[in-house]
Amino acid sequence: MELIYILVIPAVTAGLSLVPTRRKFAPALTTLGSLVILILSLTVAFRAARGMEEVAIRNWISCDSLGALVLLLVAFVGFTAAIFSWGYIEKSASAGNQRKIRRYYALYNLFLWSMLAVPILSQVALVWIAVELTTLLSVFLVSFENTPEALEAAWKYVVLTCMGAAFALLGILILYWGMNVSASGPFTWAGLVMASTQISPVLLKAAFLFILIGFGTKAGLVPLHTWLPDAHSQAPSPVCALLSGIETTVVLYTILRLLPILQAAPSIHVETWFMVFGLLSVGTAAFLLIQVKDYKRLFAFSTVEHMGIILVAAGLGSSAAQYGATFQMVSHALSKSFCFFAAGSTLLSVGTRDITAVRGLIRTSPVAAVALMVGGLAIAGAPPFTVFLSEFSILKAGLASGNYLVTGLLALFIIIAFCGVLFPINRMVFGKPTELVSRTTVATTSIVTLVLAAIPVILLGLYLPGPLHELLRLAAASLGR
Amino acid sequence: MTEPHMALSVLTKLNSLSGGLFLLTAFGIIAMRQVLASLNLFVFQSILLAASACLLGFQHGSIHLFAVAGITLMTKSILIPFLLRRTLNQEVYARREISQVLNIPTSLLIAVALTIFAYFLSSPLLSGVVEPSVKFNLPIGMAGLLLGAYVVMVRREAVPQVIGILSMENGAFFASVSIAPDLPLIAELAAAFDVLIIAVVMGLLTRRIHERVGTTDVGRMTSLKEE
Repeated sequence: MELIYILVIPAVTAGLSLVPTRRKFAPALTTLGSLVILILSLTVAFRAARGMEEVAIRNWISCDSLGALVLLLVAFVGFTAAIFSWGYIEKSASAGNQRKIRRYYALYNLFLWSMLAVPILSQVALVWIAVELTTLLSVFLVSFENTPEALEAAWKYVVLTCMGAAFALLGILILYWGMNVSASGPFTWAGLVMASTQISPVLLKAAFLFILIGFGTKAGLVPLHTWLPDAHSQAPSPVCALLSGIETTVVLYTILRLLPILQAAPSIHVETWFMVFGLLSVGTAAFLLIQVKDYKRLFAFSTVEHMGIILVAAGLGSSAAQYGATFQMVSHALSKSFCFFAAGSTLLSVGTRDITAVRGLIRTSPVAAVALMVGGLAIAGAPPFTVFLSEFSILKAGLASGNYLVTGLLALFIIIAFCGVLFPINRMVFGKPTELVSRTTVATTSIVTLVLAAIPVILLGLYLPGPLHELLRLAAASLGR
Repeated sequence: MTEPHMALSVLTKLNSLSGGLFLLTAFGIIAMRQVLASLNLFVFQSILLAASACLLGFQHGSIHLFAVAGITLMTKSILIPFLLRRTLNQEVYARREISQVLNIPTSLLIAVALTIFAYFLSSPLLSGVVEPSVKFNLPIGMAGLLLGAYVVMVRREAVPQVIGILSMENGAFFASVSIAPDLPLIAELAAAFDVLIIAVVMGLLTRRIHERVGTTDVGRMTSLKEE
């Protein structure tokens, strides 16, 4: 039943956000709605961690361990970003008028709704529609600031991801065809895994490639990532946290779902495809990180890198590596959303996205500076943060399974990206200021968000709670056959 | 020859005809210089998609496909053209789009190559398939998908790019009426709705770009890139 509520609440709050009443109504309602969703998702996740599958409507709406994990991430980031929006949208220059703010919250809820739908829906054709909706409902959030650059980014975003979606559609239809010709059962993820041995490998391979191209575009895998740094840097920061932290994760989740289906036909070598595309993404992103001039783009490229790491980990194949992949999904979503909250606070206090224009942030805006430093360290993978643990477990699993070349390259790219992220941030925070700038303050809601979002980023690096460990283990198990 | 057999072969031939014309319209969308002409060709293509769905629905005796045909006609040949025409402002209406990335003869040659590639891609999938409709629709649908993608890449105006994306979806659905004739109706409905949202969202975005930047020549917006 929780799943139905989770789908209904954001749709209702989206509608109510448009009601023209008190100024604080829409943000308060959105925060409250996303808090309720977070609590509901937690109960679903706890049940999933005990190995129970949550079923609302059989074969249509259900949630297993992997779904519950993604659902929990979406709900958590959705909640923190809702609080962050409160101060950010109020303060951001162009949003003086109330109608625009109300429209922002309506779109925000709809976007959250489409992302919550992806892990909850189990009918694969509907999952495609939900993924497509995540694009369409977030376009106007990307172009929210209405600058020529934001509009350009939004246009690139919608054109490329819709093209990708059309390819993925054909892939999903081919899967359906294969299922109907030679096997039977419901067209769900679980049904496909059951039937996959009977589907002809040629069809499986064709479907896989179309879906990999299609959804890979949206997850930001390398040859097709070009829209991602634009959209993820031009959108308002709370939206960036959603786009970079969870939208990419949600889409990658649909690609990972194909893994157990494709393993039914060993001749396809799906693991190799994953590792090649993953390494390509990690490597390209690591080298592009070095030359970035805009700190939001820096974090956007880091998203491409992390998507690659998750894909490589899933492709390594051993159960330890798959545990690493699911762990990495969690740590990336939490850390990346934190990074964008930090970048948003920085942007509000200095007013520029240019790395070279920001120096000595620790003196002008200590809160933003500390947040940015913590975010940079967390996302680059320094101990004791959670990304360090997950990357470490992936590399360990890679060595244990004997994939020395892949693991070595992965480690090399991670180190390059580490330097690429931390050098510019170090200069921004501790560098010598070129001119005297007055101290600025950060909005209270931003501080609240930063603290809330930092808790799991630090905590999970030190201690992994039992239920979460169990959930990760079960989710990793569902990635293998 | 018995009576039903005859009827079946006539249906198959009609389906082949609509498939051939479908491919031709996909080429036409590439070759047209005027925005309005390619929009009209898109409408014609959608009608052919609906025709193919009807013919196959008659052949399989499936109500589903008739519903698909109805939905397609409603959204793609009435609502979407209406929306896109409203998006086109007077200035773009009659203007010939000269600024394509490649000239039209080259484009058509590449389109031929893409079509051959689509047949090449689908031939392993079709080994062992006996149904003539699948043999016919799948490669044409795949070609429609690739040609639509090509349109998006070479056009610089906003509305032709939208038409390219929508014709990609047409290609995918042209394949789907043969390979997935009994897809759940709710999925079909949602997909049609989704296509409609694509048109609305991209139309609105085009207008906003026109208001803010002063042109709909989206191919020239290149301020965001790596140095």
